[in-house]
Amino acid sequence: MTTLYERLGGEAAIDKAVDIFYRKVLTDDRINGFFDDVDMERQANKQKAFLTMVFGGPNQYTGQDMREGHKHLVARGLDDSHVDAVIEHLGSTLKELGAADEDIAQVAGIANSVRDDVLNR
Amino acid sequence: MPTLRFDGQAVTTQDGETVLEALLRHGLAVPHGCRSGICQSCLLKAREGHIPAPAQAGLKPALAEQDYLLACRCVPDEDMVLEIPSAGTLRTPAEIAAIEPLGGEVIRLVLTPEAALDYRPGQYVTLWRDEQLGRSYSLASLPDEGQSLEFHVRVIPGGQFSGWLAGEARPGDRLEVQEAAGSCVYTPALRDANLLLVGTGTGLAPLWGIVREALRQGHRGQIRVMHGAVECDGLYLHEALKRLAAQHDNLHYHASVLRPEGCSAVDERPLDELVVETIGDFSDWHSYLCGAPELVNQLRRRIFLAGARMDAICADAFLPTAPAKT
Repeated sequence: MTTLYERLGGEAAIDKAVDIFYRKVLTDDRINGFFDDVDMERQANKQKAFLTMVFGGPNQYTGQDMREGHKHLVARGLDDSHVDAVIEHLGSTLKELGAADEDIAQVAGIANSVRDDVLNR
Repeated sequence: MPTLRFDGQAVTTQDGETVLEALLRHGLAVPHGCRSGICQSCLLKAREGHIPAPAQAGLKPALAEQDYLLACRCVPDEDMVLEIPSAGTLRTPAEIAAIEPLGGEVIRLVLTPEAALDYRPGQYVTLWRDEQLGRSYSLASLPDEGQSLEFHVRVIPGGQFSGWLAGEARPGDRLEVQEAAGSCVYTPALRDANLLLVGTGTGLAPLWGIVREALRQGHRGQIRVMHGAVECDGLYLHEALKRLAAQHDNLHYHASVLRPEGCSAVDERPLDELVVETIGDFSDWHSYLCGAPELVNQLRRRIFLAGARMDAICADAFLPTAPAKT
């Protein structure tokens, strides 16, 4: 069975997805405050790693990485509503790229599976 | 098995092991993240040794050409000498050949190094007046024009380095030049791309190198140079850029001045508005942004939101020197 990562076109498709996804995140006033003081290039690389993971591509992120990486944001008020917004943008990004509804649901599922780690619960 | 030299140590790799795994196994400190070739945290530079292709997948061409690699994707097939990129500390002695006013607070500094410096237009070096006092400046010269190095230095009143240059320093005085660094460079892969070069103040220096290098290599896409200054005399290459633009159909030069009284051929819009309104849709543009950090960071975001690919924006924010700790 192929992964969504492969079906979308592998790494090249992820680059395109990151640009679309990151633009959505930066223009969303509910969550762009969390992205204000970060280096855009480093941030884009992290998002690429994140999208690669939720699309089922090669990654070795652990729950511990997710906890460490978001600790400072949880301290600034990161909660479920923000995670929901990110998952919403993931879905609309995938739609723009022509992904099927089942795939979008699957991606949301993977993203949801790291919710507790991201929120340090 | 290949042997790696890193941080003064020799490490022998095991069968199929990556550079990152081998270095970490020996307790060496290497920054790293996803271990999958994506986050690019484990970027290293190869001084010697063949770089396998997968170790450069996804890197910007400018980095790949300078022998950067991702340690987590590099299974070496021969011995390598590696270093963390920022660790460049080789210094070349150089003599001051000329110091002359360029306009406003900016002076042109020309150095003659004892040995040719390996650099690419758009990169910067740190100049050392003595063991302790070093300042970073972008190169405005081209390696193909000869061994001389040109810099555009904004003179800061009382500045330890620029103040010395403008006051006491004389031709014949000696400095040391550290290895060139920075990834905002022109590459032949961009020959057909549209280039947007935006600089404030002496942020023009690297762009002056990049634009001339692009033209020298027969650039075929459009090039727009946009320079911002506080007053007219800060447009220190105004005439030179107008002349260059007159000689090349695909080159356009725009100047923006905050206080435009008495200026000629300048745009009265602030630099960021000029950039955004002139280009409109950035999806076909490759941008270089150099100078004041607030403007560079703000423009990077606006250009990205206006359609530029993230990997088509090169930003070089000139950070002021931190005050000395007492």
